[in-house]
This record gives sequence, structure tokens and C-alpha cells, in this order.
Amino acid sequence: MSRSAAVAAARLALLAGAVLALELLCRAGVIQPLTLIPPSAMAAALAGLLWSGELNADLIHTGGAVAASLALAVGLGLPLGVAVHGLPRLRRALDPLLAAYYAVPTFVFYPLLVAILGLNQAPLIVLGTAFGLPAMMMATLNGLDRVPPVLLRTARVHRLGRLDTLASIVLPSAAPFLFTGCKLALAYAVIGIIAGEFILADAGLGHAISFAYDGFENRTMYAVMLLVLGLATGLNLLLHLWETRLMRRRARA
Amino acid sequence: MSGAARPPARTGGRDALVAAGLLLALWQGLHLYAGDAALASPAAALGALRQLAGTAAFWGHCAATAQAFAAALALSAAIGLALGLWLGLRRFAGEVAEPLLAGLYAIPKITLYPVILLVFGLGLGAKVAFGVIHGFVPIALFTLGAVKSLDPVLLRTARALRLSRAQTVRFVLAPAALPEIVAGLRVGFSLTLLGVLIGEMFASQAGLGFLIVNGTALHNVRLTTAVILTVVVLAVGANAALLWLDRRYVRRG
Repeated sequence: MSRSAAVAAARLALLAGAVLALELLCRAGVIQPLTLIPPSAMAAALAGLLWSGELNADLIHTGGAVAASLALAVGLGLPLGVAVHGLPRLRRALDPLLAAYYAVPTFVFYPLLVAILGLNQAPLIVLGTAFGLPAMMMATLNGLDRVPPVLLRTARVHRLGRLDTLASIVLPSAAPFLFTGCKLALAYAVIGIIAGEFILADAGLGHAISFAYDGFENRTMYAVMLLVLGLATGLNLLLHLWETRLMRRRARA
Repeated sequence: MSGAARPPARTGGRDALVAAGLLLALWQGLHLYAGDAALASPAAALGALRQLAGTAAFWGHCAATAQAFAAALALSAAIGLALGLWLGLRRFAGEVAEPLLAGLYAIPKITLYPVILLVFGLGLGAKVAFGVIHGFVPIALFTLGAVKSLDPVLLRTARALRLSRAQTVRFVLAPAALPEIVAGLRVGFSLTLLGVLIGEMFASQAGLGFLIVNGTALHNVRLTTAVILTVVVLAVGANAALLWLDRRYVRRG
């Protein structure tokens, strides 16, 4: 336990050192304020923005799109994964498509999506979903592959129906993989939606950053940037902690 | 992946054809739904592409993207491999850095774009830098994982044979970790391409990403669709070639 504490302390020291070094370099004038403002100024600007409520609309816009994308990616990816797992012939045909999917830079489709669906949240949600769904599907397939055969035999011994087996044996057993899939779907939804807002949008946090950038409003830009990176990191960290706790409970059981 | 017997090559070819046919049909269907103003039909896109291929400007844009991508990939690979090897060999540093790298992987790096522009200026430098920040992380993570999970006997043998550090890397680590490293390079390849294209989409006057955004701005749907088709075909083709190389030379036997 002391070793992991030392690792955590070293990691914290590294991060704090980096922030401090940045602060000093900015304050000393080595880095021009036109390029980068000191971290403390970013935090102060962010506090001001949050306090004034200027960002509320953008936060809701982006948060809603991320939530919808995550729900769609998981809600469609999970059943699709289960269905494809049950159809080996289809799966063999899909394998090369899935392998190639993440090689395609999905963002290049965004301008087309805007042209088809209009400049609103719909193309963002489609982009976020399209980015995360295959990851969820692959995670589901991966998890179902690793369900121990003995559990399935037990289910047959207990004469469980197909749906009962799925609900009370297969999905719980594959849970860690499903969790990884959800984590990826969330990360991808955030990346896709912020990127889409950055490229072309009329609201949202990504749009707020590019708008401030175009207007040379460095303080606002860095404040929103700090918010986005902080939110994304915080969400990932939270899921990571939850995952470790689940794993530990599973290992104990 | 699955340990099932490889499907006969002929079914694989037929599956690929069926998949391509379905995708074309989907494209045509979307075109019929969205209309000419939003999405060009496959035939129109191919026509536009043939027209484009006759202009010198198009090849200039291709060359610009290729140049930025090659530089970014070389840098991503060099940084990722060096960092992964170093962190894999130093256990403590690896444990400190791995979650930081994973966090970097999951954040929307697109928000960092203004910083990169302010540091590197418009043009090639910014595109390359943007490709690198997307590409080096997965390469480093895969390499780190590969080196860390190496059989300790290999390293002990290297020490017993009194190999120098460089020799250990060259004759023991690199060959043993090669399959993982190649997988990391494949992911890094895709993400570097994504980064370079996104870079071109905002802040560049050259390259395929610029053509896509420019086509959208000019409401030239045929141009946008044709360039997107080019990018997708190139990306999928490169991925297939890398997969083939991987199967042919790395995972033999």
C-alpha cells in the first residue's frame, strides 16, 4: 500500500510541479500573455465566468448532447453486440468493418452531417454516437466471448430461458468489459461533440472556445479550455475509481 | 481476438464486396433522403473526383496532407516508442505516468488547438504538432504495456549475458514486444491522420481537411463528398495494408 501511495504522491507532485512551473514562466514574462496566461489567472477567469452564469447555456447544450450520445451509443451498442455475438456468420462479415472503423477520421463527416441535419444538436449527437457506438459493441463482444462456459452450463442445468440466461448470467459476468465500453463511449462522445462544436456550431463549450479564440479573448478562451479539460479528466477519473472498486469487490467475492 | 479457425479467403472477399455494396446503397439512400444540396450521390462524387484528379491543385493539397502526415507520424512514433520503452523499463516512473497518459488519451485534445496555433503559428508546424499530440499517446501506452508485461526471465537472461542497455532494447525488448508495438503503431497511425486532418480543417490553406471545410463554406457538396470519399478510402486502405503486414510478418506461426 505504501508503494501505491508513493506513486500517487509522485504523480501529484509531477502535476503540481508542472502547473507551478507554468505559473512561474508566465509570471516572469518568459511566456508572453498573448500566448498563454498563468494558470491562476485561468482559474480566476473561470470562477468569474461560472459565477456570472454566462456559461450555463453552453454547459447545458454540451452536457445534453453528451448525455444523449452516451445513451444512444450504449443503448444501441449493447443490444447490437449481443445480437451479433449470437450470429457468428454476421460477426465474421462485420469483423473487418469493425477493425477498419476507427481508422476512418470520423470528423470529416461532420460538415456533411450538418448539411443533412441542420446546424443544431442533431449532427453533434450523431457524431458522438457514431464515434462511441462501435467501441461499445466491440467491448460487448469481447465480454460475451469471455463468459466462462461453466456458467452457461449451470444456466442450462437450471433450465433458464434465453433472456433469463442473458440477464442473470451473461451480462453480469461480462460486466467489467461492458463498463470499459461505457467508459470509452463517454470519452468518445465528449471528444466527438466538443470537436464538432469547435468545427461548426452556434452554441456549446467547444464553440465558446473557438469564438473566444477568434475574438482574441485569451482569458475567456483559457478559462473555458480549463473547464472542458477539467470536466473530461474529472469524469474519467470518477469512472476509473468506480471501476477499480467494482473490480476489487469482484476479486473479493 | 477470437481463436476460431480462419474463414476461407473466398468468403472473406465476398463479405467485403457485400459490405461495400451495402455501404454504397446506404449512401445512395441518404442522398435520396437529404437531396442534392446536402450530400452528393456516389456517381456524382466519383465524377467530381475524376474531375479533381485532373487538376494540379488537388494533387498539391494531397501532397500537403501527405507531407504533414509523414512528419507527424515519424515524430509520433519516435516520441511514443522512446517514452513507452523508458516508462516500461522504469517501473516506478511507468506507474506514475500511465494514468496521466491514459487521461491525456481520453480528453478532447481539440480544445488545445488555439494553444498550438499560438505557439506554432498557422501552417505546417501546427498541423504536425496537432497530429503528434493525437498520435504519440496510444503508441506510448501500447509500448509501455508490452514492455511491462514482458516475461521477466527475458530481462534476467539479458542481464546474465551482460548485454548493454542498447543491446537489450535491440535484441530482447524490441523483438519480444513487437506485436503489441505494431498494434500501437496502427492505432497511432489512425489518430495521427485524424489529428492532421482536424488541424487542416481549421487553420490551414492547404490539404484535404482544408478542401473539405472549403467545400462546405462554398456549398460545393460534390467537392466535399468527393474529398471525404478520398480520405475514407485512403484511411481504410492504409489500415488494411497495416493489418496485412501485421498478419504476414509479425504474428507468423
